[in-house]
Amino acid sequence: MTLEEVKEILNAQVIFAPQDLKMEVKMACGCDLMSDVLAFTKEDSLLLTGLTNLQVVRTAEMANIKALVFVRGKEPDRETIALAMEKKIPVMLTDLPMYEACGRLYQHGLPGCSEAEEGSFLSDGR
Amino acid sequence: MGAEPCFQETFSISGGDFTNAGEVSSRVKKILQELGVATKVIRRVTIATYEAEMNVVWYARKGTLTISVTPHLLRINVQDEGEGIADIELAMREGYSTASPEIREMGFGAGMGLPNIKKNSDEFHVSSVVGQGTNLDIVIRRQ
Repeated sequence: MTLEEVKEILNAQVIFAPQDLKMEVKMACGCDLMSDVLAFTKEDSLLLTGLTNLQVVRTAEMANIKALVFVRGKEPDRETIALAMEKKIPVMLTDLPMYEACGRLYQHGLPGCSEAEEGSFLSDGR
Repeated sequence: MGAEPCFQETFSISGGDFTNAGEVSSRVKKILQELGVATKVIRRVTIATYEAEMNVVWYARKGTLTISVTPHLLRINVQDEGEGIADIELAMREGYSTASPEIREMGFGAGMGLPNIKKNSDEFHVSSVVGQGTNLDIVIRRQ
């Protein structure tokens, strides 16, 4: 799924994107616990989270998370955005709560981290 | 595998410095990318070093992280001067945590730190003296 599609499905606002929104994510994870993100996500995931601090960007950097969506309309502070820009990690903001944001993406065929394989796009078209 | 490291560097970590927490792991990531280490291996290393670095920031006054790179192995040593760990067996259990509310607010303290480091390592040793500090040795194979 491209970030462009994610943006439309979540009615999200793009806070920062390094280039265009053609970048693809293979799977997604909805989580507020960064330790669990580090433990259970796979590469090239989209992370939906309600936390907006610097550690979210750091975690994304270490776990090769491709892009971030902040849910529940929680705006990240300037430092967090600056770090995301430095690390070239796209950031979006949606007013949807976590469950609904994840549900909409899942409904549109974006699998979860336990279902999708690393390094390959899911092609069975749910 | 007693090969001399072809690259070695030591970084210092300041306890309590939440703004720069993760900066050392970020530098490690950059170095490994420049050395041409495989992306999947880098991810295992940086997850392990990031968890270890955060532990130093939260629980220690100061610490160091040393990364040594040989043709086959990546060795990471993290030493700190700090609280230490009273019961290592308990600390290795997923879900066990002594984290403060402040740490939990940052999205950590779920009791996944040490188990997560172990999960990403091929070899992992932890030793600690309460009131003095903790020593972690991590080995990750490059292939």
